[in-house]
Amino acid sequence: MDNLLSIITFLPAIAALILAIFLRGDDAAAQLGAKRLALFATLATFVVSLFLIAQYDSSNTGFQFVEQAEWIMGFQYKMGVDGISVLFVMLTTFLMPLVIWSAWDVKLRVKEYMIAFLLLETLMLGVFSALDLVLFYVFFEAGLIPMFLIIGIWGGVNRIYATFKFFLYTFLGSVLMLVAMIAMYVDAGTTDIVTLLAHDFSTSPITVLGMSLTGGMQSLAFLAFFASFAVKMPMWPVHTWLPDAHVQAPTAGSVVLAAILLKMGGYGFLRFSLPMFPMASEIFAPMVLWLSAIAIVYTSLVALVQEDMKKLIAYSSVAHMGYVTAGIFSLNQQGLDGAIFQMISHGFISGALFLCVGVIYDRMHTREIDAYGGLVNRMPKYALIFMFFTMANVGLPGTSGFVGEFLTLMGMFQANTWVAAIATSGVIFSAAYGLWLYRRVVMGDLIKESLKAITDLSLREKAIFAPLVAMTILLGVYPSLVTDVTGPAVANLLENHAAAVPADLAAAPAAH
Amino acid sequence: MTSADFSAVLPEVLLALYAMAGLLFAVYTSKDKAAPLLTWVTAGVFVVLAGIIALSGGADTVAFNGLFIEDAFARFAKVTILLSGAGVLAISVAYLEKRDLLRFEYPVIVALATVGMMIMVSAGNLMTLYMGLELMSLSLYIIASFRRDSVKSTEAGLKYFVLGALSSGLLLYGCSLTYGFAGTTDFAGIASVATEGEISTGLLFGLVFVITGLAFKVSAVPFHMWTPDVYEGAPTPVTAFFATAPKVAAMGLFARVMFDAFGNVTDQWTQVVGVIAVASMFLGAFAAIGQYNIKRLMAYSSIVHMGFALLGLAAGTEAGVSAMLIYMAIYVTMNIGTFAFILTMERDGQPIVDIRALNLYWRNDLGRALAVMALMLSLAGVPPFLGFFGKFAVLEASVNAGHIWLATLGVIASVVGAYYYLRIVYYMFFGAETEALDKPQRSVAALATLIGGALMLIAVINLFGVGDMAATAAESLVR
Repeated sequence: MDNLLSIITFLPAIAALILAIFLRGDDAAAQLGAKRLALFATLATFVVSLFLIAQYDSSNTGFQFVEQAEWIMGFQYKMGVDGISVLFVMLTTFLMPLVIWSAWDVKLRVKEYMIAFLLLETLMLGVFSALDLVLFYVFFEAGLIPMFLIIGIWGGVNRIYATFKFFLYTFLGSVLMLVAMIAMYVDAGTTDIVTLLAHDFSTSPITVLGMSLTGGMQSLAFLAFFASFAVKMPMWPVHTWLPDAHVQAPTAGSVVLAAILLKMGGYGFLRFSLPMFPMASEIFAPMVLWLSAIAIVYTSLVALVQEDMKKLIAYSSVAHMGYVTAGIFSLNQQGLDGAIFQMISHGFISGALFLCVGVIYDRMHTREIDAYGGLVNRMPKYALIFMFFTMANVGLPGTSGFVGEFLTLMGMFQANTWVAAIATSGVIFSAAYGLWLYRRVVMGDLIKESLKAITDLSLREKAIFAPLVAMTILLGVYPSLVTDVTGPAVANLLENHAAAVPADLAAAPAAH
Repeated sequence: MTSADFSAVLPEVLLALYAMAGLLFAVYTSKDKAAPLLTWVTAGVFVVLAGIIALSGGADTVAFNGLFIEDAFARFAKVTILLSGAGVLAISVAYLEKRDLLRFEYPVIVALATVGMMIMVSAGNLMTLYMGLELMSLSLYIIASFRRDSVKSTEAGLKYFVLGALSSGLLLYGCSLTYGFAGTTDFAGIASVATEGEISTGLLFGLVFVITGLAFKVSAVPFHMWTPDVYEGAPTPVTAFFATAPKVAAMGLFARVMFDAFGNVTDQWTQVVGVIAVASMFLGAFAAIGQYNIKRLMAYSSIVHMGFALLGLAAGTEAGVSAMLIYMAIYVTMNIGTFAFILTMERDGQPIVDIRALNLYWRNDLGRALAVMALMLSLAGVPPFLGFFGKFAVLEASVNAGHIWLATLGVIASVVGAYYYLRIVYYMFFGAETEALDKPQRSVAALATLIGGALMLIAVINLFGVGDMAATAAESLVR
């Protein structure tokens, strides 16, 4: 099939369209129909995406499954995947059926809820497979709209503040990126990402507000992209929208946010910042490394004192994303492989943790840690699952969390020993908040009256967790599944990077 | 004067004759009873004329010794003006009829204003410029105070008239300075005097005063003060008209004067235009934050959008003009869709302009709630909607001309602006429980909202050649 990627990307949107046009009414039967169709569509997308990964040739470092067509205003519709993006496509198609299934108990406006998630899936897949700057930007930004509605309509009490903060924060970061994209377009004369990857952007110093800026246009563009991706990631200190958004979002929204949407930032760094602005990446790498180190320690400490479970996991996400950014800007094979691995693994683990919170929230309608305690007595199976993912989040060897953290730390160590040392302390902090959370919620005697009637995992919930457990263990014991795909692409990226940097350093000696 | 001259102005002459004939017809027959028919016929005439102009094509002609220019640029602007005028007339009939406001003068005056606009965008001489501008302005003053028994409407008309007269005075002063120092009122003549590097101080003064007068007409900061009051006071269909066709005409005239008369000294005016563009974007964005009246909100919104259009003009290049034209075409589409919705906002049959009344509107009418969401996000410039592509074109022209800081300021202002557009979405989809608006009836306006919303997505897949036409138009202006 020539247009496999387009089929994968737009299949959910077509299902959403069918739902919107043909499904009438809001009674129980219509709701069930909407849920079934959404689940079927996401499963079908996953099945089709299996063909993608099966036909993917990991020894080829170029873009595969490339499609190209004319679009308006001289832009083009161009899609394709390489070793960096193909796994994110798989992660998205794998998680979305679970997300839909986890929302089975939603009662409010089910049809619209499903449509929002299906559109979101299309937009996320588009981000990972777009090979045109404008197309990428369209997918990247449009994803805000369904999420704005998901948090706003189906969210918690304080949802309006959270959803506006989410939208405007990310929008502000992105518009700066838009200006940089336009400047790149003007400079290179094309919006084709493949061509831009090979284009050398100027590094001759330029004067900004009377100060000479090292790295010139590359630095400015890098900072503009950084503004967008750092917010999306999110990195300290622009992470504050994330805890708010997570706390107010419905469970399924939190899962998508943590498991997939955050990865767009890391993917952006790998797709744009690093290969297109090699010189600027080199210049700003120390800054990013230190910001990541601060993020890891600071947000871990903040997580320690949270009273809301979702907020705790949200801060833990920020800390784990710190490993990703530090890994990426270590600028070596281990760091980059580790960063991609950490993102994939975090997709399963944080998604599962938010589902774990969702399970007890559905029963008790509170996320206060103090409202729980001794759940193991009534919910042994839940306790086991929660234990497993807490351990994976901490980075226990044998789970995928360990591989990601180990590889990124190894990369960091080669780049900057101090950053690596500080980041490693984050592993201990994550054990502290993770285990303490677990002890307060699950362990101990069941003394609270309200919890006496709580029920253990239902069959549906078990079925949702099963694939996540399987993937976490599988990637933990056999990480080559990921690194074999990413390895060649990363090696190629680093080769080009190394080729670009010394040449630039030689060309601009005055800058140093 | 030759027959070629007359064939160049044929659409304007036909429209003027039609307006007069319509007036006579209504006066001598059933007066206001003929008003609905006359309005529909006028809308039809606009569409037919737009079709004729769009299909006529052909070479650029300069008629009446340079007084009147008929080129691709003028045609693009005229088609946009006529179609948006037709759109506004179509959505306003039901609203005006219901409130017993539909008088036969309304379509006639709109037609006359449109003649003025068409002359404006074809002006090749300061005299033609002023003639067209005043024909439009005088017509607009009248329809602003169209609701004679309403204090607000009368006040709006008076305010508009006083301030408009002031700006006309400034413009005339600029014209006379320009004439004095250039020795001619002909654009081509001025251009031959104002060549690179040797513009006299007097001519520069004239240029600045002309810009002032034109900035007033496009309601750019700092000459925007009348906009919110006039938008609020005028009957809503009239507001819809103000927000669309005259803006296109004024922007067209702006580009015409800047490029035809001062095209050799772009350095002299691009910085002025750039500053008022940025000021408009920021003031409009911040001032609308506190607005709950949707008409005032749309007034500030139009100030922001004029800022963006001027940003394209400030590039001083062909790409800039092309981007400005695309932007204006998209802008009028978004505005007609939005105003069509505002016209149907009612509770117990009374028009409502408070956006808080939109609370949970989506339960009432999901289709139009989604259409309005698309329009609002498009106005905010959020992809994948059409408004984003208009912004992209403008920003690209701006960056290409080296104005990267203007572009950066522009996008930052658009984030501020996104807040109040999103707030409308917020009220519609997850506001508080309040008394709902009336169930919408089937009407042209309701349909126009749906079409407008759908266009925001459909046109992203295929722009129907508007981009190419704008490029051709810009090419004919910037030689």
